[in-house]
Amino acid sequence: MKFTLSWLHDHLDTTAPLEEICKTLNTIGLEVEGVEEPGAALAAFRTARIVEAVQHPNADRLRVCRVDAGPGFEAVQVVCGAPNARTGLAVIFAPPGTWVPGLDITIKAGAIRGETSGGMLCSLRELGLGEEHDGIAELPADTIPGQSYADFAGLNDAVIEIAVTPNRGDALAVRGIARDLAAAGIGHLRPWLAETVEGTFDSPIGWANLFPEACPWVLGRTIRGLRNGPSPDWLQNRLRAVGLRPISALVDITNFFAYDLGRPLHVFDADRVTGDLLTICRGAGEAFQALDGREIVVSPEDCVIADTAGVQSLAGIMGGDATGVTAETTSVFVECALFDPVRIALSGRRLGLHSDARHRFERGVDQALPVAALEAASRMIIELCGGEASEVVSAGAAPAWQREARLRFARIAGLGGVDVPADEAVAALEGLGFAVRRRDADEVLVDVPSWRNDIAMPMVLDQAPGLDPARARQAEDGARTVDAECDLIEEILRLRGLDSIPPVSLPALSAVPLPALTPRQVRAAAARRVLASRGLMETVGYSFVAQAAAARFGDVPEGLRLLNPIAADLDQMRPTPMVNLLSAIERNAARGYPDLGLFEVGPGFSADGQTQIATALYSGHTPRFPGRTAQAVSLWDAKADAFAVLAALGAPVEGVQVTADAPGHYHPGRSGVIRQGPRVVLGYFGQMHPALLAGRGLDRPVVGFELFLDAIAEPKRRRRAAPDLSPFQPVRRDFAFVVTRDVAADAVLRAARGAERTLISGISLFDVYEGDKVPEGHKSLGVEIVLQPAERSLTDAEIEAVSDKVVVAVSRACGAVLRG
Amino acid sequence: MSDDLETLRQETLAALAAAADRREWDAIRVGTLGKSGRLTALLKELGRMTPDARKLRGAAVNRLRDELSRAIEERGAAIEAEILNARLVAERVDVTLPTPPDRTGMIHPISRTMEEMTAIFGAMGFRVAEGPDIETDWHNFSALNTPDHHPARTDQDTFYLPAEGSGGNRARVLRTQTSGVQIRTMLAETPPIRIIAPGRTYRADHDATHSPMFHQCEGLVIDRGITLAHLKGCLTDFLRAFFGKPDLPVRFRASYFPFTEPSMEVDIGWSRKSGEIGGGGDWLEVLGSGMVHPRVLANCGLDPREWQGFAFGMGIERLTMLRHGIPDLRSFYESDVRWLRHYGTSPLSPALLHEGL
Repeated sequence: MKFTLSWLHDHLDTTAPLEEICKTLNTIGLEVEGVEEPGAALAAFRTARIVEAVQHPNADRLRVCRVDAGPGFEAVQVVCGAPNARTGLAVIFAPPGTWVPGLDITIKAGAIRGETSGGMLCSLRELGLGEEHDGIAELPADTIPGQSYADFAGLNDAVIEIAVTPNRGDALAVRGIARDLAAAGIGHLRPWLAETVEGTFDSPIGWANLFPEACPWVLGRTIRGLRNGPSPDWLQNRLRAVGLRPISALVDITNFFAYDLGRPLHVFDADRVTGDLLTICRGAGEAFQALDGREIVVSPEDCVIADTAGVQSLAGIMGGDATGVTAETTSVFVECALFDPVRIALSGRRLGLHSDARHRFERGVDQALPVAALEAASRMIIELCGGEASEVVSAGAAPAWQREARLRFARIAGLGGVDVPADEAVAALEGLGFAVRRRDADEVLVDVPSWRNDIAMPMVLDQAPGLDPARARQAEDGARTVDAECDLIEEILRLRGLDSIPPVSLPALSAVPLPALTPRQVRAAAARRVLASRGLMETVGYSFVAQAAAARFGDVPEGLRLLNPIAADLDQMRPTPMVNLLSAIERNAARGYPDLGLFEVGPGFSADGQTQIATALYSGHTPRFPGRTAQAVSLWDAKADAFAVLAALGAPVEGVQVTADAPGHYHPGRSGVIRQGPRVVLGYFGQMHPALLAGRGLDRPVVGFELFLDAIAEPKRRRRAAPDLSPFQPVRRDFAFVVTRDVAADAVLRAARGAERTLISGISLFDVYEGDKVPEGHKSLGVEIVLQPAERSLTDAEIEAVSDKVVVAVSRACGAVLRG
Repeated sequence: MSDDLETLRQETLAALAAAADRREWDAIRVGTLGKSGRLTALLKELGRMTPDARKLRGAAVNRLRDELSRAIEERGAAIEAEILNARLVAERVDVTLPTPPDRTGMIHPISRTMEEMTAIFGAMGFRVAEGPDIETDWHNFSALNTPDHHPARTDQDTFYLPAEGSGGNRARVLRTQTSGVQIRTMLAETPPIRIIAPGRTYRADHDATHSPMFHQCEGLVIDRGITLAHLKGCLTDFLRAFFGKPDLPVRFRASYFPFTEPSMEVDIGWSRKSGEIGGGGDWLEVLGSGMVHPRVLANCGLDPREWQGFAFGMGIERLTMLRHGIPDLRSFYESDVRWLRHYGTSPLSPALLHEGL
């Protein structure tokens, strides 16, 4: 909402400077978004009069002028080259030190050809105002010297733009803003009264209201015998200043009232209305052309105004082209109505129509203003366009908007944390237009003014479904008790300024705060730290991606496709952050950074809901280094990091199994599923499927993993038994088992471990050999077994016995033979 | 000293001086002091002498033994030192070679800021609450006193998903704020409540200063006797800790949100010219807050006569950009490794209040 300072002064009697007004607006919740001062650069220029102009003794083209430029500059001598500088002329004077915008120079006192010159007489072009430069500017003869030129020419009218919050429909009016400022102590609100315009004939157009739910009350009158034309300068200047284009007097008048009183009006060209009745009714699927030229199709949910020819206006939002006023209009029908804010909001949103009228109606207009506003508008139309007004016609009746609100004074401190004297609180409310109905030491009951549609409104709750009925009822009673009171407290506090409330730190709940995160919540942070410490960069990707891209990584149910995506490639909730990581790898490679590892710990979405997935993707090679060649990333990098995360998160890494059935975005022969028991999948790892990378400029292997953090069971917080630290040295024995190629190493290790439960404390694979030293189709696995004696050193025979058990177990389970 | 002893002495010392390695030295040692060494032989002869002769000869032989033992030992040590020196020379490397490059991983600035917020609010007794990114219409709007037609709702360009439930009657949205978490918390728990809800939020807006997905951290305090003064204290305490400026100017301006009353926006002092936080005479809006609206409390089954409190919400990217002088919002999601390396933080220095943020 924009307005000018002079417009504000129409309603607010104040001497407060602009800066104080802006500061107060910010304090009371009308946030200043910008201030323009077109006259600021002209502050030093003054009106003046040439008392006497005589020929310069030493220059033909120059004149020496004695100038009266008001207090401090009563008799200044100025040398001037303008041909029109003559005795008695009212002029614009720039004293020394003035910066002249049109010339970009600063005036200095000095002498020109031997005559002193203490300033400059200026043309409008020199002030940066237009192109006129036939000598110095000539002001009207009766101009009083010594005024600020910017003030004199009306250029000092600052334009203030404020952000009006959706609850404050009343502040979409200059008068509403003035009222707030007055209540906050910036001057006094000037009285405003609309003088009645007596009707001299019956309106040839009347109202029929078939849709009173949408329009409780509508007024109108005909004004005939008028002449539409450009509106006067003052009105055009004001509209331009607030960003509106002047169109014609009739249109400009309706715009003026929208901004001045927050009161939207509409004028029909009475001669273009068909029939003698304007009907307020539901739309019926018909189309009409709105004033902005758009074709609008109205539905039964839209409130329209129709004549016998059809729909002529989308009520409260935009008029129709067919009955709009033109330069030829000589007779108008003025509409002034109240519309249901909810219907206006929904219609406007459904049809995508924005207008100053809709903006005001959906935020709520002054419920008591229609009669006076229609009179004021009639008067201005007749003043500017001539003509005579009919009697007022109406349909419906003024709605019962009257409400009351109670304030217990103690609650100001109870909610606001600051004591406000009762008198001050009541004065603030009265300043805003609340009328005290009853008051005692503890509380006050006030009537809410007709323009405050945000205070003590009927309470609409939308309580949680399934709430216990008794609890719900008690909560509702409570809200009913305090709802309007909170509204009033907010008004009192904002007018004082919230800065006047002394801050109080929250009282501690416990001397030492409890952890802010649950062990489950710590996991995401722990996973991040593990992966970053292992050399991966954390990324954050959008939760929505292109559907086609997402489909390559999992299911893309329609239920997870946005109905209104912002871009076609951001339409599907991602099944896994890996979708984003692959694009990121690709982008970095295209920028010349192909060797990298990225990870994201973020949500993946499926028909079953949202899960948190720690995902990593690696591409390229390790850096080259003396003595070390570049190594291409391999699935082992991914597996190692995945298991490091699992270990850090307390997953029982010893007990997990790896199976070779990862989903389709992985290489089928080089990927695994990390499982805990038969049902729980902890994650996947492996090389990415070559088909996924084809055509993406990624000619090197890409590997990665996904871990489902929610699937990891919370580690049991048991007190651990003391460790058994045997004094006896462990014994290590190596075995080379030859098995067929399809035997999983994991099966061999499990079998070996199971061979002897008490003595075997560790088992590891140190070699895999395939080649001509083992039979075709076979491989040799080098396995180290660690035996830990507990009570005494093992004898050779005992060690031999355990070794035999291991060999037997592995050959039984895996068909292994010891390599010869 | 008799001649034979002197000869032995001379020869042994000469041989020691000539010994080039450990093997030659050992041969001399054994040849002199070993079982059948020459000096050992002389010692053995002493037994066959008369006591007088033995006394005379014995003293001389023993002196020689002491002298040669010492000489052998010293020469042995010298040879060891030479060997070591030779080895050290041989083992010399070019120490200016760089170490094998480590891949350095970094924590994303969004995660870092969330951790910092958690640390600071955690110290004030808050805990972290979470909720789903896909919310029902009710959790995201209706429960928050923002009915369908509310003008505030058109300001938040909401992403919609196909409705669910019987007959498709449960509208689903991508949460425009994490307030749904507050609603869930109030429904599930009995006050006192102190939570923050950091997380992803979504609005259909995309330009240099808006991203369709961004992160917010909301907070909720519900208790008996919580007033606007506590709101101001809590948020002032937070902002000063977060920006590391104990005197940071903080300003509270009346505003409006459907779910709080009174509502306010919070500004911090900064310099428009230099961008410096805390300096200059300008104000910069950093977050929104207010006392929880009684209708919101009632929607969640809390009696506003008994419970009241405050709520706030701040943009995580916005605060991160301010704190670290990051110019472009979009860069947060581009995963450019150069940017990540520049603005990322080490995983080994997590946000710990006792180490400083």
